[in-house]
Amino acid sequence: MDLKLDHHTKDGIEVVDVEGEIDVYTAPRLRELLIELVNGGHYQLVVNMEKVEFLDSTGLGVLVGGLKRVRAHDGSLDLVCTQERILKIFRITGLTKVFGIHDTVDEAITARKSEK
Amino acid sequence: MSFTPLPVHVRTARLVATAVARRSGVQEALLDEVRLAVGEACSRAVEAHRAHCPTEPVRIELTGTRGRFEVVVTDAAARDDDGALDHEGAHDHESDSSAAPGSGSDNGYPGADGSLDDPEALLPQGLGLAVIAGLADDVKISRTAAGLSIRMSWPSGDYTG
Repeated sequence: MDLKLDHHTKDGIEVVDVEGEIDVYTAPRLRELLIELVNGGHYQLVVNMEKVEFLDSTGLGVLVGGLKRVRAHDGSLDLVCTQERILKIFRITGLTKVFGIHDTVDEAITARKSEK
Repeated sequence: MSFTPLPVHVRTARLVATAVARRSGVQEALLDEVRLAVGEACSRAVEAHRAHCPTEPVRIELTGTRGRFEVVVTDAAARDDDGALDHEGAHDHESDSSAAPGSGSDNGYPGADGSLDDPEALLPQGLGLAVIAGLADDVKISRTAAGLSIRMSWPSGDYTG
């Protein structure tokens, strides 16, 4: 499956819905969207990965890049993911220590709001 | 088989590898690991070819014999792989998640401290190799005269047709 991207605002936080496969071919599209959002002044991001079927290190690079960009504006980038197959790559690479990973979008938003 | 080093072909390569692994009797629970590890190896090879020899095809071999399903991804992009091999001690190592960057107390990702201009350059070089090391049951990475060869294998059962 190819990559589908969408985004909407919820409680002042931009939620990016990602569906499909994030790999060396599709990751540039996610990168472009994250850059577009940051350039548009959205510095509080939640990337919903519940419908992501595949993620490789190229995708990880894009997510870390997004995190770096929002942090440059004192922002945040949290992830929503409960799929073991996706979580495994975050664990292998140690990125569970870098990203806030939540079970639901609402949980991610609540956690972010409580840190403000 | 071999394929033109284009990112779009990486998906096809990993799907074919996964299908052959299933046919070779690799357990369903391991197929995700095969898919991801092969994808990482092919992605790395494609990027290397695009940078150094874009007209040369990437080679991938899939074999299932003697209770093992083996995948070998070979590139022809001779180069110093940015120290990735030395960093990971990946010349000939067993699969071990402790080899992955970020497994220590300092996770090694400068993404948190914010000192670089290119965010996508934040991840350690050779991260894909580290992911492979964390996924494959057995991994051997070696330099060839032409480039780099990544040999991965998983246990497989008898062919069931």
